[in-house]
Amino acid sequence: MTTTLTGFSADELSALRADFPILSRSTRSGNPLVYLDSGATSQKPFAVLNAEREFYSTRNAAVHRGAHQLAEEATDDFEAARAGIGRFVGVPAHEVVFTKNATESLNLVAHAFSTSTVYAARGTAPDGQRVDPRFVLAEGDEILVTEAEHHANLVPWQELCARTGAVLRWIPVTDDGVLDTASLASLVTQRTKVVAFAHASNVLGGIAPVTQIAAAARSVGALVVLDACQSVPHLPVDLPSLGVDLAAFSGHKMLGPSGIGVLWGSAELLDAMPPFLTGGSMIELVRMDRSTFAPAPQKFEAGVPMTAQAVGLHAAVDYLTELGMDRVEAHERSLTARLLDELAELPWVRVLGPLDADHRVGLVSFVVQDVHAHDVGQLLDDEGVAVRVGHHCAWPLHRRFGVAATTRVSFGPYNQDSDIDAVLRGLHRAHDLFA
Amino acid sequence: MDLYQQLIIEHSKRPHGEGLRAPFGAESHHVNPTCGDEITLRVQLDGENVADVSYDAMGCSISRASASVLHDLVVGQSVTEVGELRDAVQHMLTSRGEDPGDEEVLGDAVAFAGVAKYPARVKCALLSWSALADALLRVA
Repeated sequence: MTTTLTGFSADELSALRADFPILSRSTRSGNPLVYLDSGATSQKPFAVLNAEREFYSTRNAAVHRGAHQLAEEATDDFEAARAGIGRFVGVPAHEVVFTKNATESLNLVAHAFSTSTVYAARGTAPDGQRVDPRFVLAEGDEILVTEAEHHANLVPWQELCARTGAVLRWIPVTDDGVLDTASLASLVTQRTKVVAFAHASNVLGGIAPVTQIAAAARSVGALVVLDACQSVPHLPVDLPSLGVDLAAFSGHKMLGPSGIGVLWGSAELLDAMPPFLTGGSMIELVRMDRSTFAPAPQKFEAGVPMTAQAVGLHAAVDYLTELGMDRVEAHERSLTARLLDELAELPWVRVLGPLDADHRVGLVSFVVQDVHAHDVGQLLDDEGVAVRVGHHCAWPLHRRFGVAATTRVSFGPYNQDSDIDAVLRGLHRAHDLFA
Repeated sequence: MDLYQQLIIEHSKRPHGEGLRAPFGAESHHVNPTCGDEITLRVQLDGENVADVSYDAMGCSISRASASVLHDLVVGQSVTEVGELRDAVQHMLTSRGEDPGDEEVLGDAVAFAGVAKYPARVKCALLSWSALADALLRVA
């Protein structure tokens, strides 16, 4: 997968950086901020900040209720956001469910299984709802994840197993930090009902062989759930072409506001899933003893939704589209390639995951010999550099590699070559001080 | 940067009293879930006094140095004195820099005063002290 595309020119990058006000601040050390923690959350351009402000200043109202002009305009903005965000990942508006974040999206899916399983066991479902066998688990059915999952795509499945008697299995990670796809043949069985995995690992950076895993899952009729948190913000992603059934991603990691995430599923599949959170907005008809529900996506959006955040995320995907996701990918990949090259020169640094930037998204986790990640992070902080240290919500993966914590550099479209220089200065200081 | 005092670096590289020893009166295991740091700590009393603190710590320089200094400070002290010392350490660490610490009271633990200005690291310095308090409760 060699790309001939280039990233941004110096002038383009300089103009892009000027769109992010936070990048001009300095830190307590007196050094300018070097933000390399976009894998945790991205920074926001003026376009997003202004869109939210404009919405609150001129059109704010509770959507999908009320007959006044503001309510209509706010609803139009909210639904336009749904369409725009859907377009960004190649799906129609009515297949986009807004959630609080990707974690909620994944919990929503896990709960569709347990709720359906309970309905099936009782032999009855609420009015107008059918129990779809794809979401019914029997004792001993299997849920397959990977050893590299973020806790958000692991703990909900553990809990689902605890509620239903299903068994959790996982695709191991090799010593080279890639998924051991050779194990698929033995791990995907007639009992497998769900295969859930990350499109790109938030620690290893490696891009999963999505179509291969999805094909294996489909061959036994299992549903495929993709955690796309680390791919959608960094690569061009066309969800329907990946062969997955459901996908989750978070707005705040893709230049958008916090408080909004997305669940995508085909209309047919969303229709087969029971609701997760219930209450206002998601109903069709309510009586004292029972209720019927609105069609998806409204069925999954109880309560007054995060309208300004949807408007902000809409502005974020427009901004990314304007940059060009292929160029964002190329830019971040060139930074990743240089960082990997520089780290390879340091015998006291061990990188986790693939060593070739072509097989990665723009993040690199590593261990500095004899220096704990917290201390590495502290010395980088003293250079003004913000990185993530710890287990990055992937504790089992860290155990797998026998490390308590790693340091993670993760890029966004706004990062520049000199950011890597700052990282290297901090790493040398950490090595000199502790080693 | 006033965080990494020479004393902290020294203790983190060559921790005092490290390793788990028997006999012991009680053991506790504390984890810092944000970073995955762990400590297993054992305490052995001789009457009212701490006869030994032994530990197995996996973590950053601050948490390992803190356990090492703790060992030096508390062995031979009465349980009451250890409780007062721990309160003084906690007060300094959680003061955001307002309480510089009294060397008369804190001894070498005063080297951790700089940690108070880095809220993300306060837990690292407190991990062994929390584990000790827990173990002392169990032994009582």
